[in-house]
Order: sequence, then structure tokens, then C-alpha cells
Amino acid sequence: MAAPARIEVPRRPARFGQSSRTDPWWAAPTVVFIVLSAFVIYSIWAALQGRDYRWGPYLSPLYSPELFGGPHAFIGGKPGWWPDWLFWSPAILILWAPAGLRVTCYYYRGAYYKAFWADPPSCSVGEPRQSYRGENSFPLILQNVHRYFIYLGLIYLVFLLHDAWEGLWFPNPATGHRVFGVGVGSIVLIVNMTLLSGYSFGCHSLRHLVGGYLKQLSGCPVRARLFGCASAFNRRHMLWAWMSLCFVAFTDIYVRLCAMGIWTDWRIF
Amino acid sequence: MAQYETIRHDVLIIGAGGAGLRGAVEAAARGASVGVVSKSLLGKAHTVMAEGGVAAALGNVDDRDNWRVHFADTMRGGQYVNNWRMAELHAKEAPDRVRELEAWGAVFDRTPDGRILQRNFGGHRYPRLAHVGDRTGLEMIRTLQDHAIFERISFYMEFTIISLLKDGNRVVGALGYQREKGLFFVFQAKAVVLATGGLGRAYKITSNSWECTGDGIALACDAGAELQDMEFVQFHPTGMVWPPSVAGILVTEGVRGEGGVLRNGLGRRFLFDDIPPLYKDQTADNEEEGWRYTQGDKSARRPPELLTRDHVARCIVREVREGRGSPHGGVFLDIAWIKQKIPNAEKHIRTKLPSMYDQFLKLADLDITKEPMEVGPTTHYLMGGVRVDGDSQMSSLPGLFAAGECAAGLHGANRLGGNSLSDLLVFGQRAGEYAARFAKDASLAPVSESAVGESIRQVLAPFENGAKGRGESPYRVQAELQDMMQELVGIVRVEDEMVRALDGIQKLKERSRNLRVEGNRMYNAGWHTAIDVRNLLTMSEAICRGAIERRESRGAHYRVDYPEKSEKFAKVNTVLHKGEDGAFKLRLEPIKEMPAELKQIIEEMK
Amino acid sequence: MTATTATFSIWRGDRQGGKLVEYQTEIAEGMVVLDAVRRIQADQANDLAVRWNCKAGKCGSCAAEINGKPRLMCMTRLSDVPTNRPILVEPMRTFPLIRDLVTDVSWNFEKKRTVRKFTPRKPDAPDGTWRMAQIDVDRVQEFRKCIECFLCQNVCHVLRDHQLFDEYIGPRLLTHSAALEMHPLDSDHRLSDLRFTQGIGYCNITKCCTKVCPEEIKITDNAIIPLKERLVDRYFDPVAWLFGAGR
Repeated sequence: MAAPARIEVPRRPARFGQSSRTDPWWAAPTVVFIVLSAFVIYSIWAALQGRDYRWGPYLSPLYSPELFGGPHAFIGGKPGWWPDWLFWSPAILILWAPAGLRVTCYYYRGAYYKAFWADPPSCSVGEPRQSYRGENSFPLILQNVHRYFIYLGLIYLVFLLHDAWEGLWFPNPATGHRVFGVGVGSIVLIVNMTLLSGYSFGCHSLRHLVGGYLKQLSGCPVRARLFGCASAFNRRHMLWAWMSLCFVAFTDIYVRLCAMGIWTDWRIF
Repeated sequence: MAQYETIRHDVLIIGAGGAGLRGAVEAAARGASVGVVSKSLLGKAHTVMAEGGVAAALGNVDDRDNWRVHFADTMRGGQYVNNWRMAELHAKEAPDRVRELEAWGAVFDRTPDGRILQRNFGGHRYPRLAHVGDRTGLEMIRTLQDHAIFERISFYMEFTIISLLKDGNRVVGALGYQREKGLFFVFQAKAVVLATGGLGRAYKITSNSWECTGDGIALACDAGAELQDMEFVQFHPTGMVWPPSVAGILVTEGVRGEGGVLRNGLGRRFLFDDIPPLYKDQTADNEEEGWRYTQGDKSARRPPELLTRDHVARCIVREVREGRGSPHGGVFLDIAWIKQKIPNAEKHIRTKLPSMYDQFLKLADLDITKEPMEVGPTTHYLMGGVRVDGDSQMSSLPGLFAAGECAAGLHGANRLGGNSLSDLLVFGQRAGEYAARFAKDASLAPVSESAVGESIRQVLAPFENGAKGRGESPYRVQAELQDMMQELVGIVRVEDEMVRALDGIQKLKERSRNLRVEGNRMYNAGWHTAIDVRNLLTMSEAICRGAIERRESRGAHYRVDYPEKSEKFAKVNTVLHKGEDGAFKLRLEPIKEMPAELKQIIEEMK
Repeated sequence: MTATTATFSIWRGDRQGGKLVEYQTEIAEGMVVLDAVRRIQADQANDLAVRWNCKAGKCGSCAAEINGKPRLMCMTRLSDVPTNRPILVEPMRTFPLIRDLVTDVSWNFEKKRTVRKFTPRKPDAPDGTWRMAQIDVDRVQEFRKCIECFLCQNVCHVLRDHQLFDEYIGPRLLTHSAALEMHPLDSDHRLSDLRFTQGIGYCNITKCCTKVCPEEIKITDNAIIPLKERLVDRYFDPVAWLFGAGR
């Protein structure tokens, strides 16, 4: 067994889309393509609206945390330093972080490389391009920044928890005080926060950082426990990813429809 | 003149299973240049199929265990026709061989305090089997492989050896061909180690990998080496019988250990009808007591399903022969019935027997938590093989060594579970060591051109038939041989059937001289089969001759015409070799007297 | 048991060329593709080249592509593939063909030697043995289930379509590296090799390797991504360096 020589490949690589597979291999990437595209288009549209993102105690997750903007914003109104010629929406300031988390997520990477780049279109199906650099060099080597996005993502989760809590306190127009209550929107916000947590806690980077980096977890009971939890979420990471993605859009739609007066939130108690 | 290339090594190892790789590592560590020839790819050998574990008296789980107990267990299991020297060395050296694997990267299951975990197994007094779930063999072979590729060892994958080359009486090399292109190679070596495993494929139903065709034993035999105890072929009582494509695949003893029961086609637990007098006191006489035993009740006696492998296998055969079998010619092994006894039985079965659950679901569409399995005996292991010296593993031919399943002696008349993996390690290492030592004092000897030419001419002959469109399909001869061995020289043997088998083998031999191989020499499966057939015929004949000669029932060898053990045969091994004329010569070789200290151990442990 | 026949379309040929040849054979309940192929070999095509050893899914010799999907022939039941049209059986596409269904997988064995070997730390006990906890070996044991069928190498598009055989070691050997890197006793370092000569960055985590693994090893999630994260510790994350990561 000498030094590996370049391998001869007598059967030429498959042409684009060529495969002996008899099952509908194109179905899964097509669904990914449609759903991801729809989400991206919708969320950009919604983020650019700059209005109708808050109704009653509810705040759309696409606008959370609201740092600058409306009366409930953490810091204040539209910042003075924001150039006049630049389009303004409170979402622009914050949406890059969750977007970055999803774009650099190990699961989505694999999914959109297939669905959008056809690299490969599906397993054992021929590709359109010969050249390939993968994540070995610029630009995709930047995907390694993922762990910083999960740090941010965890901070966002705190805000979402806060939003879900706030969603339980309804202003009483009569007294001006806030009273505890549960509306359908409250539940929507709680589910949204839960799904996003499930997605974040299963993050591959997080799993590494809480204990996966160790060779020996015995003797580190806390990290062993955390690693076990992260692994449990990680096993269904794809499912969490899709559920949370769809539900974020749904939550925004729900709040937006309420705010636009098209839909009436049903107060359970 | 036939064309071939010549390759030279100090030590040539034939076979890349556990014994071959362990031997290669040892010989290389002793400075020899080593070549390993294997019929398949590296790491695919039958060793990967070993499940239970490797027996070594580490004493990690029960500190009462030591080599003396292991020695006594092995001798008792082998019914005292073992090579006692091998049993002694094996018991003494196995723990070191296992620990060594850990230093090479093996990852055994652990005890709570972080040492190698050991489990109970039939015939072993204490928990002794170091294991990795149910894939211990894979772990072993991968560890040895990953260690060996960094040593001074050359691997020749997918080479078939067709004959051993001799200089006078000494073995000085081997002739083989490379499967990919069909080219011939002469391996010149100062010492040759056979590590080619068993011969399960002589039978139709076998738990063995399909490449177990007894090649090494046949090569040694053809070269004039002595074989020993070829009649001892172990049949495991529970192999799958349905669907036909998976017939023979092992169903672990653990199913019965968990409370699984054997029933015949009439629904009767037939094992209660035939409990050997010797075991009467240790065996439950009602179903309830047997159940309690499997649940860990120490006051209960074991159910008859857990009697020795040979007895259970024979009872199954009897039921089937007398028309009380299951629809596909086995009996029912039922674990699902325990739901009458315990709550949540389905989950219990799935956690205790995960691989069995998967195996039946995947291969037979059968949910063992709901339905009974159909099982029947399956050819499992050859205790006999090349007769070797206990210390050095050298055969009766100078320069030829044998280790592992292809060598005889350690297991006597019956092998204990787990002793085969430790056998590979202990005697693989010894064969490697002594082969390297032998090679140090020896020199390469010339190879006889005429012998090489004659061998090549013989193995190429079937192509001429193929070209002329005549001759016999090797696949057909092989299938007929397997059917016949299964039928006539199986678990229950009787003289006239075996004589018929011998006769049949002679006829198949005649036909095998006229085999037909189509196509060219490149990776030609028909050609491989033609060579396998030749070896299988030699092996089958050896089994028959040994079995006819041993006029008693002992261990795995059961004869209806001599159903008891005999004093005379308790003291002898059957030894076979091919004479100058190519005919088998058999003699009964008295077993050497055991030293007093070993005798004493056996007495103490009775 | 009713005997029916099915048609198998088997790739026959060598490096000079070849074609699909149709064979009809009887099939019975419970048969797997390998059974049918062997029956065809015994009855109709004696010289059909095909590798098999254990016929029980434990040795990983009979890897092929069945109806375009990389699978083990011995573990693909005929009841799982449509038999009303020809069943396509082809050799693994990624490796050089030897003949018919047999390919030259030696590249995998050669490449394995580029992964630095297991190097244990000093023994823990005076008798030369080590102590390891079961929870620490669990992860490694998953990877060691690998039967080296090389289906993952075959399906990986980096090798299959882009043929980066010199730059990349493929999922099997990344799993092998992971087993060594996560081995509680191992004291060697492999990250630099992984990044600079073994091309772990070429993996774009499309998970085809995980999908085809007959041992159901979570190759991508449990082996490759954790290695990628270790690489981030060492090469890309300045914050981690502050905590001494990356050794």
C-alpha cells in the first residue's frame, strides 16, 4: 500500500440530475426550496413593514427585542444617528442575529446547499458544477462563526421569554393597570418561545461548548448533564428547526393580523 | 511455462482474521518482514461475526476467577480430549492478550470502577467474557487491523492461496493468485502461518461467514500435514430457519436465558421429555420452576432449554425428523409468551435482546415480542483442525504453523462460548512469535518450478472445459456436497450414513475433476468456487473419516450406534494425514499424560 | 410459499466498458437482493463478480447501488423494492471498477494510514491498565460499530462527483478520526491534519453519509460536526483561545 495515487475513475461522474434512483429524490430538496424561500420572502417583507408588529401585550418575534422604535421599546424611538436616506424599521437592527444563526446552522447549511446550490441536488444524484471548494476556503469558511450566533441566540431567547411573559399581562383600558390573562396570542407566543428554545438547545455548537469538547465527561457531572440534554435536543434538530421556523412566521402573521384588525384575538380568561 | 511473480517474506501469514492479524503483529514486532495474504478485504474475516465476548480470567467482576478455573472449565467443556498444554497456556495468557488490545485502542464495555466488564456465559464458572455489546469480534479485528497497518507488514488482499510449496518436508512458501486480475504469485517465506478459520460452508446451514471453506486445513492436509479430531464439529442449537435466505444465522443463547422456551409443532415443550440422567438433578421438572430460574431465583433449577448445546441440538433434530417440527423444518423458540408472566413484556424483550429483535424484524418480518421464532441447529465451529505443538503452534511439517480455528487441540470435543476469541489472540501471538523465531534460524529455500507449474495447470484446467462448453458447474457440486453433509454427517451420526457420505464424496471428487469455469481469470466467482469445492471435498472427507473412526459419543460428536462415551476413546485423538498416494491415513494417537499439577487442578474444580 | 420471478438488471463489465444485463430469477419470501444475485450467479452467470462474506450485515463486503441507492445487498429485502419492474443492481460508482459489481476500494485502506494511530496516555494503574468510565466510551463505541462497507465514502459527493481523493479523506475516515480524537486514552493530536491535509472543510454536511450507514452511525452529527467544532476552537475562535482551547 504505497502513497495514495490519484484514483482512476472509469465511469464518468454523473451529469446534473443524473441518477439511477427510482424514488422521487427531487421531492425533499424542492420542499426545502419552497418553504425556505417563502420564509425568507415573507420575513423580509414583514421586517420592512415597520408597523403592525405589536398588538395589545403581544410582540412579533421578528421585531424582538424591540430596542428602538415604538413606545414600548427598550431604549427609545428611532435613533437620531440613523441616516434619513436609509429605510427604517425596528426589525432591521435586530433581525440579522437570528437570521445569521439559521444561515450558519449546521442543519440548514446541509439543507440549502442541496436545495439552492444543488451541491448535490440529492444523495447520489449528479451535480451541475465540477469545481468545488466546500467550506474549506473563503467564503464558506466563514460558516465557522456559528457559535457566536448561538451566543446571541441564547440572549434573544431571554427576550422571547420576556415577551411571552408580557403576553400574559393585558392592559385594562378602564383602570390603566395590567391584569393577568391568557389569550390565544399568549399561547402562540409561549409555543413560539418553546420551539425556538428547542431549536437553540439542540445547536451543534452549543452541544460542543457545554461539554462535547471534552474527552472525558465522567467527573464533570454538570457538563455531562448539559451535554446529555443538548444531545437529546440535537437528535431532533431538523424537526425543531422546521417547526420553529414555521412558527416564527405564524406568530408574526398572528400578531400582524390582530394589529391590522383583520383577526380578533380570543381571550381565554 | 506458467507465468508468475515472486514475493519474499520472512513470515507469510495466510488469513487476516483475528489469529492472522495477531500473528502478523507479533512477528513484525520481532523484526520479521511479514506478508499477510487474505481471501477477502482486510477486516472482513469471519471474526467480525463473533458476538458474545472474549474469555479471559481477568477477575474484574468476580475476583475468585483465575487461570486455574478457566483451565478446568475449558477441559471439562472439551470432555478431556483437549490438548492440555494449549488449555493451560490459553488460560494463563488470555488476560494479557486482552489487556494488550486495550493498549492498541480497543474499547470494551466498562465496570463501574472503569475496568473491563465481563459477562457470564455457558460453561464458564465466573463472569469471564470481556465484551463490547454484541459485536466483540468486530472490535477485536478492527483494533488489530488499525494497529497492524502501521507495522512492517505487507497486506495482499483478495489473494487466494492454492497450494503450499515445500522443500523436502519443510514448507517454504505458497502459491496463490490475485483475484482482481487472476495473476499468479509465488510467496517465498521462511515460515508460513495458517490462520484461515473453519469450514462451516461444508454444510448447508451454517452460522459461519460464507468464506469459511476450510482452505488452510485443506492446504496443510494436501501438503502432508497431520490433522486432528476433525469429527468434532459444533452445531449451535438455535439458528434461524426461515426465510431460507437467512437460514443458519445465529439466534443467541440469551433468548433462552431470558425465559424463551422451545416448543415443537404440537406446542409441547419437548425438552422436558428427554433430560439426560447426568443432569436430572440440576434440571427443573416443571415449567414453573424453569421460569423462576430464568428470573434469577437461586433455589430453582435450570429449565431443560439451558442444557448443553449438543443435547438441545439433538433433541430439535429428533422432533423435526419425527414430524413434530415447525412448518419450515425447525421448532419454535418462544420469548413472547413471557407476557403471561410479567407486565410490560414487550419492552423488556426489546431492551434485553435488542439485536435479536432487530434481526428478526429486519430479516424475517417477525416481531419476537408477539410471535415465536422458528429455529433449528446450525453449523457453528470446528474444534478439530491442523495438529500442532501446544507451545509453538508448529504443525507436523517444519516451517508450517497454524493458529485459531484452523488449529486443533484447545477445545477438545466441545468449545465453550468466548474461548474462540481468546484462542485467536493467545495462539495467534504464539504462532507469530515462533514463526518469527523459526524464520530467524532458517533461510529462504528454492521453490520447485515443476510443483508450481503443476498446481497452476490444475487450477486452470476448468477454464478449458469452460471454453469447450463442457464439464460440471462448481456451484452445483458445492450445493450437492452441502446437502449431503447436512443430511448424513450432521448432528446425529450413524455409521452407514457416514459410509454413504464417504461414497458420495468420492463421486463428487470424480465430478470435481471435470469442473467448468466460464469467462476469464479476472475476479471470476466461478473460479473461486471451483477452488473452494476442492477444499471443501477434502475437508468433508476428513470429517467423515474421523467421525466413522470415533466409535463413541462425546461432546459435539454424537452417534446413534454408539450413544455413550467410551473409555478407549477418552484417551485418544484421531489423527489423519494424506499419504504419498493422496489417500487419507488415520490413526488413534494417545493423549500425552497430563502433569500432576494440572491433574490436581481438574480434581479440585470437579 | 408462492414462487414468482423478478427481473434484475445487473451491471456487467470492466474498465473497458460494460452494460446492464437483465436476468430473470425465481424469488421467494424473505429473500434479499444478495440471494437473488447469488442465484443468478449459480444458475445463469457463473462468472458474475460480486463480493460477499458474512451475508448477515456484519462484514460490509456487499456494498452496491440498488435502484440507485447505496446499500448492502445482504440487508436489502426484496419486499422493500418494487419487483414489478427490473431491479437495478450497480457497483459503487465512486470507486474504480474491477469487474461487474466489484470495485477497487483499496484507496480507503491506503488513506487510513494518513490518520495518526492510537497513542494511549501512560497507564493509570501500576499493572499497566487504564480506567475509563462507560459514559466516556459510549461516544467512541458508536463510531467503532463501523463495518467499513464504504457506502458513506461512495455516496459522499466530494468523492463521488468532485473526486477530491487527494485532498479529502471522506466520512468513514472522519469517523475514524473522531473515534480516536474522542478516545479517553488517546494523547495524540489530529486537528491540524484534519484541516490542512485531510480536508474536513470539504464536507458540507449534506448528511448523505448518515442516511446510507447500515450501522446507523450518526456520522455527521456525532463525528464530523464535533470535529469541525474542535477545529473552530483551535483555528477560528479567538474567544476560545482565551480559555486555552485548541491546545
